[in-house]
Amino acid sequence: MKIRNALAALTVSGLLLLTGCGDSSDGGTASAPSGGSSTGAVTVFAAASLTESFTTIGKDFEAANPGAKVTFNFAGSSALATQINQGAPADVFASASPATMKTVTDAGNGDGTAATFVKNQLVIAVPKGNPKGVAGLADLTKPGVKVALCAEQVPCGAAATKALAAANVKLTPVTLEQDVKSALSKVKLGEVDAALAYRTDAQASAADVDGVEFPESAGAINDYPIIVLQNAPNKAGAQAFITYVQSDKGKAVLTAAGFQAP
Amino acid sequence: MTLKSAEVPRRSRHRRVPVALLVPAGLGLAFLVLPLAGLLIRAPWSTLPQRLTEPGVLTALRLSLQTATLATLLCLALGVPLAWLLARVEFPGRRLVRALVTVPLVLPPVVGGIALLLVFGRKGILGVWLDQAFGITLPFTTTGVILAEAFVAMPFLIIAVEGALRGSDTRYEEAAATLGARRWTTFTHVTLPLVAPGIAAGAVLCWARALGEFGATITFAGNFPGRTQTMPLAVYLALETDLDSAIVLSLILLTVSVTILAALRDKWITSP
Repeated sequence: MKIRNALAALTVSGLLLLTGCGDSSDGGTASAPSGGSSTGAVTVFAAASLTESFTTIGKDFEAANPGAKVTFNFAGSSALATQINQGAPADVFASASPATMKTVTDAGNGDGTAATFVKNQLVIAVPKGNPKGVAGLADLTKPGVKVALCAEQVPCGAAATKALAAANVKLTPVTLEQDVKSALSKVKLGEVDAALAYRTDAQASAADVDGVEFPESAGAINDYPIIVLQNAPNKAGAQAFITYVQSDKGKAVLTAAGFQAP
Repeated sequence: MTLKSAEVPRRSRHRRVPVALLVPAGLGLAFLVLPLAGLLIRAPWSTLPQRLTEPGVLTALRLSLQTATLATLLCLALGVPLAWLLARVEFPGRRLVRALVTVPLVLPPVVGGIALLLVFGRKGILGVWLDQAFGITLPFTTTGVILAEAFVAMPFLIIAVEGALRGSDTRYEEAAATLGARRWTTFTHVTLPLVAPGIAAGAVLCWARALGEFGATITFAGNFPGRTQTMPLAVYLALETDLDSAIVLSLILLTVSVTILAALRDKWITSP
């Protein structure tokens, strides 16, 4: 009898714990925007290529707005768009391509229209010192040169396909990576001899990687749009963050990372 | 409580399932089954036939079945002797070895993939030698997929087989030994048949884990259709652009694995 009671109590307390969790998280997000001048918790879903620059901007933003707390979710833009369209609780979405942004706005999950805040273009990322002497896209088809590209489903892969088509270069990569960071990590690990990556990503890994510029990348420039999300728990904070990204201070960080002004 | 239950006729004990167990059991079942139901409900049934015939789907499925099967064979060849060693031979550091064997179980598969790269990659500890001496590079190859799957799945086999060995009666092996059988003969003629159901169960578990492997595969073997893009990788990339097609791919993987597992279970594994 005692055991049964104890078990029942355990179950009940377990259920209470479960509901308790739901309550506290609701309360947390609801109380955030009502914090007056403080901008509260802002959740930003951003393209993997923004990892370094947005992390810096996030810290600057928190320093400029006491009480603000920025949390990032960096991943391939398309994966983020899917998460948002499936109801992930995010305030801001910064995508590496307008096409990916469109999947979010078409689903009615954007608030207003997306603003382009930077542009990025591709370089050929090669191991430090460029051991295979890669000078342009045509060199990537040489025998014995292993190349990693992003999968065509993600923006850096779409840009790579465009640039290769513009250069009329037919290339068989050894792998189609799920985002630009994993393509670049294959270069860093020495598993491939080259990867098409964003200039900003090559620059962020300048210790291990050299970026070789090539003319055809001009034909495949990626616009980066940013937007406040329709179901943002903290719209005011989201807008404040986007304003900060587009401010001179935000721009300086992005330019230093290798992005171009829109 | 004990006194009372002794008075109650035996069969009535079967009738009364305690609510305190029934409720969490029901919740547990719902938790496991509901996501599956979600997939079935959201599946784009109307366009299903045409999606099934897309060329990339069958390529990925075939590659998945091939690599999972080969990975299981590799695990059997290496894992059964290792399990036997752990169960039957006393040696110093056995507990440590047993703990090490289960490391891939708790290691995030992506880290497993990186670890494999650091050893078998082109610049890896063994990979450099393989590349220079034999011209063999494993990353981005189908062999790489098999290695990644075997790395993650082998602990399942070893644990199952070791458990079966420890549970089996050693007196048969001792009898064989007293009749003059060598250890190898005893192993092949007595031990193996004795624990065959355990090996089969371990192999099935191992195969299922290999079939679903994602993290180590995409990290170590990369993603290229027809060569290293298995079904879980195809699902992940489909998810980037097209949720419906990701659901379809998942359903195919589910149907195939459940069918094969059910068939094997009936045929080879006789549950007590």
